[in-house]
Amino acid sequence: MLEVRDLKVNYGAIKALHGISLRVNQGEIVTLIGSNGAGKSTTLRTISGLLRPASGDILFEGASIRATPPHEIVRLGLVQSPEGRGVFPNMTVDENLQLGAFVRPASERGAIAADRERALGLFPRLRERLKQSAGTLSGGEQQMLAMARALIAKPRLLLLDEPSLGLAPQIVQTIFKIIRDINASGTTILLVEQNANMALRVAHRAYVLEVGRITMEGAAAELAQSDEVRKAYLGHG
Amino acid sequence: MDGLAVGSLYALIALGYTMVYGILKFINFAHSDIFVLGAWMSYTVALCAGWPQGQPTHIANWVLFVLVAVGVAGGVYALVGRLRLGKIPSGAWTLLLVSGWGFSAAGLVLVARALFAADQKLVAGGVILLVSMLTCGVVGFSLERLAYKPLRKAPRLNVLITAIGVSLFLQNVGQLDWMFGTRPQGMPALLPDKVLATFGGTPGATAGSWDVQPIQVRLLDVIAGGTSIILMLALDRLVFHTKLGRAMRAVSFNERNAALMGIPVDKVISFTFVLGAMLAAAAGFLFGQKYSGLGQPAAAIWVLLGLKAFVAAVVGGIGNIRGAMLGGLLIGLAEMFVKAYQSPAVVDIYVFGILIFVLLVRPGGLLGRVGVEKV
Repeated sequence: MLEVRDLKVNYGAIKALHGISLRVNQGEIVTLIGSNGAGKSTTLRTISGLLRPASGDILFEGASIRATPPHEIVRLGLVQSPEGRGVFPNMTVDENLQLGAFVRPASERGAIAADRERALGLFPRLRERLKQSAGTLSGGEQQMLAMARALIAKPRLLLLDEPSLGLAPQIVQTIFKIIRDINASGTTILLVEQNANMALRVAHRAYVLEVGRITMEGAAAELAQSDEVRKAYLGHG
Repeated sequence: MDGLAVGSLYALIALGYTMVYGILKFINFAHSDIFVLGAWMSYTVALCAGWPQGQPTHIANWVLFVLVAVGVAGGVYALVGRLRLGKIPSGAWTLLLVSGWGFSAAGLVLVARALFAADQKLVAGGVILLVSMLTCGVVGFSLERLAYKPLRKAPRLNVLITAIGVSLFLQNVGQLDWMFGTRPQGMPALLPDKVLATFGGTPGATAGSWDVQPIQVRLLDVIAGGTSIILMLALDRLVFHTKLGRAMRAVSFNERNAALMGIPVDKVISFTFVLGAMLAAAAGFLFGQKYSGLGQPAAAIWVLLGLKAFVAAVVGGIGNIRGAMLGGLLIGLAEMFVKAYQSPAVVDIYVFGILIFVLLVRPGGLLGRVGVEKV
C-alpha cells in the first residue's frame, strides 16, 4: 500500500534521514520505533508531504507522491494524526471534528455523519465535550480528538505520530486498544512510537530507526524478543 | 453618530491588518495603501462611468491593457501546459481567473455608466463600490503572490521590510501621471445625504465648548456605518460559521497541522488577502463619500488614517477579528468626542494615548490573549 524507497531528507546541512526504505501492506499495523531524534517524525512528515525528500521516492498504492502537496495527499486517503496531538485549541471539539471532514465533499454529508458517530463511539468522552474548546481538554482527550478527527477524514492509511506521548499509562492502554479496534475495522496503520513496549504489542511488523537509518526490521513479536531491542528500548538488561 | 460611522470604517480597515497578522504573523504595512487605492479607484471608476467633473485619468486604458495582457498570457500558458503536460497548469488558471475577474469589473463599469445615464446615483454608487472592491481584491491577491509568497519561509523581519517597500511602491506608483496623478481631486457625491434627525444638546451650543452638542443623525453616516456593519457581520459569519472560515482559523493557528487536515494553505492565505483588500476598498469608497476631498495618494492624511486603523487593530487585540471591530469603533468614537468637546487638533494625542494605555494594561489588546502557547 505504502512503499518508501531509499528516502533521504535534509534539514539544511543536517542530514536527518540517510536513505530509509519501508513498506506497509494493506490491513497491517506497522510500527516505526526509535529513540528521540532518530528521525521518526521526519519520516512521517515527509510521507505527508510537509518535508521534501532530497532523494528517494514514496509510493502510495503504486503512484509516487514525493512531489504531491500535503493537502492533496490527504485527499488520497493518507491521513496523519500529528505529533503533539495537533488539535486546534482555539476551536471547539466539534469544529475540530468538522475540520477532519474538510477533504470530503458536502454531498457525502450522510456518510460523514455516520463516520463521525463511529469516531465518537470509539471515544465516548469526546461526545460529552463537543461544545468545549479543544484547548481545555486533557492531554489524553486531545489525543483522542486528534485520532477521531483523522478518522473522519476517512483514511485508507492512518499515520499516527507518537499517540502515547505525555500520557498517563492507563490512558495509553486505552489508546492502544482503540488503535487495534481501528485496524480491525479495516484501516491500515503506520504507527510511530517511542513507547516500543506498547507499539510492539499491537503491531504486526516493526522497523527500528536509529539516527536516520533503519537498523532492524521484522515481525513485531520477534523483534520484541530480540536482545538488542530489549536492551535498547524495552528496558530489560 | 459621526463617530460610529468613522469608527466602523476604521474597523473595516483594521480587519485587514488583523486577518493577515492572524494568519502570517506579520503586519501588512501596504494595507493602508490598498485602502487609499480603494478610494482613488472608486473616484476613477466614477469618472469612467461618466461623472463629468474632475480631471480625466488614463488609468482605465492601462487597466484594460493589463487585463488583456494577463488574459492572453494565461491563455497561452494554459495552451502550452495542455499540449506539453496534458493538463492545464494551476498558474494558468490563476492568470485567467485574475483577468476574468478584471473583465467582470470592467463590465460593471459599463453598468454603472448606464445607471448614471438613468440618474440612479445610489445604485451606481453601489456598483462603483463593487468594482473598487473587485479591483483591490485583485491587487491584494497579486501582492501576496508576487511579494509575500516567495518569502513564506524567510525570517519575519524580511517580510516586514518587504511590506514597507510594497507600501512605498504603491504610494509612489499611485502618484504617476498615468495613474492618479499628484493633484488632489474631489470625490463625486454618489450617496444621498441629509440630516435625518437632530436631538439633544443645549440650545445655542458652539463647537469646541463644553456645551452638550446636539446629535445629528445624517443619512450618509447611516449608510456608511450600515454598509460597514453589514460587511463585518458577513465576515464574522464567514469566519466563524463556514468551512472556509474554519480553514482560515486552522491555518492561522498552525499551517502545518492545517495542511494535514487537507486544507490548501496557499489558497486560504490568498483568499485572506483578497478579503482584507476588499474590505479596505469598501472603507476607501465610503471614506471618499464622507470626506470628498481626496489628497494625493501619498498624502500624510492617508498614512495617518491607515496608522489609526492599525492602532484600532492593536487596541482590539491583533489577530482577533472581533477585537478589530471593537477597536475600530472605540477609536472612532474617542476621536469624535475629542473633536466635539476639545479640539480637532489634539485628536491624535488621544488616539495614541489610548493605544499606550491599552498596551500598558492589557498588552495583548482588549480581546487579545497574552498567549503562552501550549504545545
